[in-house]
Amino acid sequence: MEMSMKLRVNPILCDGYGHCAELLPELVELDEWGYPIMPREPVSRSLEPAARHAVKMCPRLALSLEKRAR
Amino acid sequence: MSARVLAPIDTPLPRRRRAELLAEIEASGLTGRGGAAFPTAVKLAAVARTRNAVVVANGTEGEPASWKDKVLLAENPHLVVDGAMVAARIVGARRLIFAVGRENRTVRKRLERALAQRSDGFDCFVEAVPDRFVAGEESALVNLLNGGPAKPTMQKPYQRGVLVQNVETLANLGLIARYGAEWFRERGTADEPGTVLVTVLGAVRSPGVAEVELGTPMREVLQRFGGLSALPNAVLVGGYFGTWMRAHDALDLPLADAALKPFGASLGARSIVVLPQDACGLAESARVARYLAEESAGQCGPCVFGLAAMADALETLDVDRLRRLAPQVSGRGACAHPNGATRFVASAVEVFADEIARHHAGRCTGSACSPVLPLGASREWR
Repeated sequence: MEMSMKLRVNPILCDGYGHCAELLPELVELDEWGYPIMPREPVSRSLEPAARHAVKMCPRLALSLEKRAR
Repeated sequence: MSARVLAPIDTPLPRRRRAELLAEIEASGLTGRGGAAFPTAVKLAAVARTRNAVVVANGTEGEPASWKDKVLLAENPHLVVDGAMVAARIVGARRLIFAVGRENRTVRKRLERALAQRSDGFDCFVEAVPDRFVAGEESALVNLLNGGPAKPTMQKPYQRGVLVQNVETLANLGLIARYGAEWFRERGTADEPGTVLVTVLGAVRSPGVAEVELGTPMREVLQRFGGLSALPNAVLVGGYFGTWMRAHDALDLPLADAALKPFGASLGARSIVVLPQDACGLAESARVARYLAEESAGQCGPCVFGLAAMADALETLDVDRLRRLAPQVSGRGACAHPNGATRFVASAVEVFADEIARHHAGRCTGSACSPVLPLGASREWR
């Protein structure tokens, strides 16, 4: 089965540092209080490396990429 | 009369095999009575697959506009205990925890007395939980039982061997184990079988709790509470995570999710508030919106800031702001608190649209002095 990746945020851990929106402006938007709004669509192949980088750079380790059947 | 979970028990709980019990519950079509209406058999089966299962009977009922679980526990504690034991047999648990609100001592005493009279080979504990709106949410309750605050987590208890079931759901298990699925389905509708406890308050002659069949016409339900005591302005269906409906829409419907769905409403934990014509729906809703904001566990940014902003906007009747806030808040917390609060506020803006216009013109239809919708007061998380 072909897998796709979905970007998720743990809202309890997230403190709104905003690194994800900085590193992934194509996918992540911030709300008016600075908390990230996750994209509904799965992460495209071309953006996967950038998404992985954003996950790694989150200072609260609140961001994750989850495998989903496409 | 349709009393079942509130009727006295007259037969002992039969000993039946767990597979047989589970099949009976599946055939009954029983859904969770705590508000989410999840199929009970599915949850039981999920926990039955885990090891070292624990059963938590959830009687916390942190919703200020609902007291049906308190009435059930005070009047028929043994049936709830029966149900918890049926559930324990199915999932293979030895330990049963009965979670109840801290403030109601009568409920606790009656439950403790009932447990002292039992010797069924289970380890039973009673846990007194802070009376806060989100404390009864499954993961929050389990967090508290594990020594943390009564705040939601990202865990799903049923995936980790903890079966959290509302006490009214358990009472129904106690009955289905006795009388079977076919008997259970003799009441209610084909899609929504059984009876339910409803809490009705506001403009009825005798507010309180009654047991009614699902599918009962709303006007008939209100008759059980002495009928209307004043002309109705609007009806809040499903408590503070629920939906305001125009009185003429709500009163002509049967008490069933299928009938409410076209109105974007659902029964939830079946709290029904009839707002009298001399009460201002906006003032009432603004008070509840502020209360829900204060009941945020303070963990998720969009809930903390979003609900406070919504309460501000409802107080100032800034409808455009409320419309912009909704998508920034709903669905963005660890639990359903922001979603429920958003639905409540959105329905207030829709149903009381005329009243908003009146307020912008400097008038208000409200003349009642005392508020209709009750609020909770606990400030504790542990």
